[in-house]
Amino acid sequence: MIQFSHVGKRFRRHQVLNDINLTINRGERVALVGSNGAGKTTLIRALLGEYVCDGKVTVSGLSPRQNRREVLSRIGFVPQLPPPLKMPVGQLIHFAASLCAADPAHIESTVSALGLDTDRVRRQPFVKLSGGQKQKLLIAIALGRDCDVLVMDEPAANLDPEARRVLFQLLAKKSAATAMIISSHRLDEVASLVNRVVEMDCGKVVLDDHVEDSVDMMSFLRCELKLVRAEVAFANAIDEWGFVTIDQGLSWRGEVSGSDRLRFMGLLSRYAGLLKGISMEDAKH
Amino acid sequence: MQHLLLNAYNDILESIRSRWFFVYSFVFGAIVVLLFVFGVTESRIMGFTGITRLLITYIQLTMAILPIFILITTVRSVAGDREAGVFEYLLSLPISLSAWFWGKMAGRFVVVFLPVFLALVATATWGVMKGAAVPWAIFLYYSALLFALSWCFLGMGMLISTIARSADVAQGAAFIIWLLLILFLDLILLGLLIREAVNPDLIVAMALANPLQLFRTAAMLLFDAELVLLGPTAYLILDNFGHTGYLLWAIAYPLGLGTLCAWVGYRLFRRGDLP
Repeated sequence: MIQFSHVGKRFRRHQVLNDINLTINRGERVALVGSNGAGKTTLIRALLGEYVCDGKVTVSGLSPRQNRREVLSRIGFVPQLPPPLKMPVGQLIHFAASLCAADPAHIESTVSALGLDTDRVRRQPFVKLSGGQKQKLLIAIALGRDCDVLVMDEPAANLDPEARRVLFQLLAKKSAATAMIISSHRLDEVASLVNRVVEMDCGKVVLDDHVEDSVDMMSFLRCELKLVRAEVAFANAIDEWGFVTIDQGLSWRGEVSGSDRLRFMGLLSRYAGLLKGISMEDAKH
Repeated sequence: MQHLLLNAYNDILESIRSRWFFVYSFVFGAIVVLLFVFGVTESRIMGFTGITRLLITYIQLTMAILPIFILITTVRSVAGDREAGVFEYLLSLPISLSAWFWGKMAGRFVVVFLPVFLALVATATWGVMKGAAVPWAIFLYYSALLFALSWCFLGMGMLISTIARSADVAQGAAFIIWLLLILFLDLILLGLLIREAVNPDLIVAMALANPLQLFRTAAMLLFDAELVLLGPTAYLILDNFGHTGYLLWAIAYPLGLGTLCAWVGYRLFRRGDLP
């Protein structure tokens, strides 16, 4: 579906992409990882037809430079850094929906599902939203329309756990019919979302590997935590995950998205000394 | 076409929300108000009276301010948007590059031309309300001149924004171009004439190629049909163009120059890296 053939890109004397050959098929969820300057963003921009490069980039046989509208109408894109747009949220949704021939109501319902009250922020300039709110809106614009390629740069970085869970569910719904590229500096941030890892370094693909795809993105874990004593810092942290206490902070209950289990474990590891018991049970919606 | 209009509309709203637009509109509004307050309409110097005098003064002030305003705001906004990552996101949406570029240019033209034109309309309205004789032919020609000058410098601004890779470089280039055009109005041309280093015909040709000079001479030609103020140069202009011919040239040339600059900018924009 997505084909990079001998793709190279040079900025003056600096070779940023060097003979990239990559094929990404429908149903593949690719983690594009690598350190700063590895060439991830340049590769994404080449895919979006924003850079002129050597070699050939095609999406279903079409060049994103020569067939911009046809190709880009199939690609949902979430940038790492939200653009400093002054336009109000409502206008941005309508602008994007008009260009993509999408239904603004569908985008708005996706925004709401991600936990952002569209009516409350409709008149607010996009640039004035918080980092998480901007991220939710850009994700909703990408996912709230028909597309079969998703390109996301650190999509979950600024999201709260509940919004992450909704994002994973939205991605799960699209995963069979969509090719996804999820870019990140760190593999552990996106590991649970993907079934293939492409690592870049100095403009080259240094690793291309398929990974275990057993985690159902729609699944969730029922959790119960017992503490040796109540702790305010822990209460604040676990509250963000939507957990509730049943006995003044000594026991906590909640749900964690299956794809977010690694991240949740990371949180628990910070409070290992407080934990007396952990129960995590796989459950289906 | 729908995407072009959508982008133009979007750019108009974006500009209206910007601070520069308020400053820009305020400056031209203030010029008209100040000309009324300081009694330019009442003066009788050199035979120009009432609205006519006000129009001349307004057009001369506009010539000095409008080009630099358009150049700087255009390059800052377009090159600044690219630098800030706005292009990266908005150009990932399925809009053709022609709809993007020309839509942006159309939207920007509306916001740079309208305040200047509305100030001119305010002058004429005031004249009508006061029962003064409004020189409608001059009013219409000045509107056309402002239209052509706005388009010309907007085209230059779009070209600079496309070529320069940062807002600072674009701003510096815009300022230098404006300065050169100002210097080639009088100072450098006079210097070259005095030193007799260059063929006088070439100097006149240079003056005719300068849109600012065209604008100034055309504004003058409406009141001084023989161009006495210009001296011997008037013969060359009137012999080659004729009175009407020069008035038309003063509109056609800036329009053509602006379109050419914008078109070259568009070709470069299409060919190069977008963000």
